[in-house]
Amino acid sequence: MKGTNLGEFEEVVLLTIAALLNDAYSVAICDEIARVTERKVKLSVVHAVLNRLEKKGYVKSHLGEPTKARGGRRKRFFTISHAGKVALTKVKEQRDQLWSLVPDFNLKFI
Amino acid sequence: MKKQGTPPRWALRLLEWYCRPDLLEDLQGDLHEYFERNIEEKGVRRARLNYIVDVFKFFKPYTVKKLDILDQLTQFVMFKNYFKTSVRSIVRNKLFSAINIVGLAISMSICLLVISIVSESFSYDKFHADYDRIHRVITQYQFLEDDPNDFASTSILAGQRTMEEVPGLEASTMLVSNYSEDILINDKYYPIEGRFATEDFFEVFSFNVLRGNASTALEEPNSIVITDKTAERLYAGKDALGKTMVTKSGKNYLITAIVETPPHASHFTFQSLISYSTYKAERNENPDSKYWISWNNIWSNHVYIKLLENTKPAEVNARLLSISEEENKASDRISNTVSLQPLTNIIMRSDLSNSNGKVIGIEVIWILTGLTLVIILSAGFNYTNLSIARSLRRSKEVGVRKVIGATRGHIFTQFILEATIISMISLCISFFLLQVLKPQFVQLLPEFAEAYQLNTEVSLVLYFILFAVIIGVMAGTFPALFLSKLNAINALKNSGSGRLFSRVNVRKALIVIQFTLSIAFIVAASIGYKQYKYALGFDLGFNTENILNVRVQGNDVGQLEAAFSKIPEVTDISKSTLVASTGSTYSATFKFEDPMDSTSLFYNAVDEKYIPLMKHDIIAGTNFTGLSKDPKEESVVILNETAIKHFNMGTPTEALEKNVEIDGKKLKIIGVVRDFHYAKIQDDIEPFGFRNTNNQYYIMNLKIDTKDVLNTMQKIEQAWDSVDEVHPLNAQFYDERIERAYADFSILFKVVGFLAFVSISIATMGLLGMSVYTAETRLKEISIRKVLGATEGSLIKLLAKSFMWLLCIAALIAVPITYFVFDSLILIDMANRINIGVIELFSGVVIIFTIGFFTIGSQTWKAAKSNPAQTLRSQ
Repeated sequence: MKGTNLGEFEEVVLLTIAALLNDAYSVAICDEIARVTERKVKLSVVHAVLNRLEKKGYVKSHLGEPTKARGGRRKRFFTISHAGKVALTKVKEQRDQLWSLVPDFNLKFI
Repeated sequence: MKKQGTPPRWALRLLEWYCRPDLLEDLQGDLHEYFERNIEEKGVRRARLNYIVDVFKFFKPYTVKKLDILDQLTQFVMFKNYFKTSVRSIVRNKLFSAINIVGLAISMSICLLVISIVSESFSYDKFHADYDRIHRVITQYQFLEDDPNDFASTSILAGQRTMEEVPGLEASTMLVSNYSEDILINDKYYPIEGRFATEDFFEVFSFNVLRGNASTALEEPNSIVITDKTAERLYAGKDALGKTMVTKSGKNYLITAIVETPPHASHFTFQSLISYSTYKAERNENPDSKYWISWNNIWSNHVYIKLLENTKPAEVNARLLSISEEENKASDRISNTVSLQPLTNIIMRSDLSNSNGKVIGIEVIWILTGLTLVIILSAGFNYTNLSIARSLRRSKEVGVRKVIGATRGHIFTQFILEATIISMISLCISFFLLQVLKPQFVQLLPEFAEAYQLNTEVSLVLYFILFAVIIGVMAGTFPALFLSKLNAINALKNSGSGRLFSRVNVRKALIVIQFTLSIAFIVAASIGYKQYKYALGFDLGFNTENILNVRVQGNDVGQLEAAFSKIPEVTDISKSTLVASTGSTYSATFKFEDPMDSTSLFYNAVDEKYIPLMKHDIIAGTNFTGLSKDPKEESVVILNETAIKHFNMGTPTEALEKNVEIDGKKLKIIGVVRDFHYAKIQDDIEPFGFRNTNNQYYIMNLKIDTKDVLNTMQKIEQAWDSVDEVHPLNAQFYDERIERAYADFSILFKVVGFLAFVSISIATMGLLGMSVYTAETRLKEISIRKVLGATEGSLIKLLAKSFMWLLCIAALIAVPITYFVFDSLILIDMANRINIGVIELFSGVVIIFTIGFFTIGSQTWKAAKSNPAQTLRSQ
């Protein structure tokens, strides 16, 4: 196992899944990341990351109901698992801790 | 909103192929969503392109299916186990295995023979370099509006025009057949045969020239190229190259090259080749006669061309057609159309007359292959049938295997392997049987002996093995499918109950098919036999007994007659052009009063003794009187009834003294002979005439009266040798020649009879297996019935009834179909044919029923006789 560390993009994807709540499936996740970060996101990359996250146990997935769109294929919806929440919280705590160490003025010069 | 356009199918398929099934649906959906989005934004074409790119992009380690390497590994490891269990099962069920192996071996040996035949047939003429570019120029000959006839030969004119005018040829050559001479060497004459060939002969064909210059050998007049065998025969141990041959007729030929004797796989062969310029010079000695080079003299010349690499045969054909049209304008009544025939096709076309060598005919190959398939199918049915019947016992084994973790694929492999092992064992046996069959087949017909060597080559052995594997897999598929489908729990729990046994109908159908084929074969063989006997015993309308036909072979007829007449056993001698009723014919144009109305008159030129010797019946007029005439003085003719009727000359007596025109000569009818069979008996009787010229005697008919045939033949041979010491005597009794002429039927009878025997044997073995099996499985039932008071007779009836029903169904199918095929398809074209009687039709049924009854009866009898107490106690 790679350990429980979250990569940068993994973190973004995981956050997006959390943000999208019950509507988190690959294409929607892609669009959302593209909208927020304004960078080009490739579906294949997101797909690979989702797969990896699922392997690490941070997300769970289930197939939705078939619809007319998508050529009749079902969507795979992702929800964040307990481990995923823990990992996200842990990352946030680490960041917060680091933020708290940064003196105020340093940032003002950026 | 445009919604047209779908993703490329093949990309979809590709995705389905590589993608793990649990990821597939979602991924397809995603790609589809993007695809639809792209259609709106960028158009259909870009969308499709993107889709394809995406499909390739997703080809990543995590999406790709796990390969079933592990599974394959198991199969491989288990192979030894399968092999072991298969061998054990084969050994344990000795009867079933023996039936399967023997049945397969017999039918496979026939298949091996046919494979050898087919592969040899297709190897013909392929030793020439660029054989696919070599073609023969063939001719379609049409007389007025008659049906056209195809000839393998063509006219010299057509050959010359092809060589000179057709573009795109790399090389071309022309052969003129039927050259024969006697060569004088050291005061002894040696006969030699050959063909005239133009100088580019070795450019077209790749015969191996051993000595001399191939490109110039056939240029000069009076040059001759001989084969190494001929060289050895004529000049044993000496160098023949550069020697001069002196012929009996006083010509000198210079040997310019020695060529290796044509290989067996060449459709034509030769002892020697003489330069075409020799032929031309000989013909030009008589400048008045131009027939040899005329457009209509298509009888003995063969033209071969080699196309350039980028020339299409169709282009050449178009050119040949235009040449033909041009030439046909000048000739009235006869039209000849020349076209190309590929070299490798020559051996396959038996419908061309005047072939200059061997011909096999694609029909022979098709018939042999078809009949063989039937036989092998029958043996395969046995395997399938018996395996399914036995599957009851094997189902437990399958159950255990499945419980331990075998998949359906594993079980399938196991049973296929078992079938393949059986077919491999059969292959070994059949290989020996093949060695027995080969000479039998080759001896069937002289043509076969000439065309086939049937050597066992390495490639052929590979074909054999491949064939055995295919047969094994095919025979094993059905049982393997059936057994591998079994559910583990059912197999273990229910073994012995009838539910596993739902394939009974398939088995019954297979038995019916087997016996239908067997009956059909027997019926066909007996019809063939009857037609053969009928043809031999047919009253031809003249006498053929005790008549020896001697080929004159170019000798002086008078000398021969003098020599033969000294033999006391030879009571009478006559002379003729041919031996009638054995298939060879001569014809001339025949006209009566109207010069425009002509027909073909078949004829036989005979002397005055022929008609009484053969006991032909002259119904009006007289026989020829006096000695036969020089062709220039020919003045009289004897016609048959059909010829008289053709031109409505009235009664035979009225037709006498009338004049007819034959080959442009005015001849007076002096007699009318009763119709007889000049051609073969399956052909109608055509207009025929006896002519009285002395330049066309090729046969001497000796009436023999002797008890000691061998001694007489020796005397005749001595007499022959005193006249001609070069050529051996070529003589045959008339009746033997007729037998030879109707060999078709005897072969039909022999081949089909043999196949009938084989198919009956196989079907009977299958039936035996099935009845053994039935008797075994129903032993308990039989015992109980017996205890309750059933008689042995009623038990046999009970067991045999279902099988006899199957035989009845088989008979009901086979008899009408065979009758129809022979009555309406095969015998329909024959002018004189047998009527298919009850005996022929039902002999097969009776034979099959007898065999079937004894097979089933013996087994059920055994079961019925057994002591019920014993059986019930042990169960």
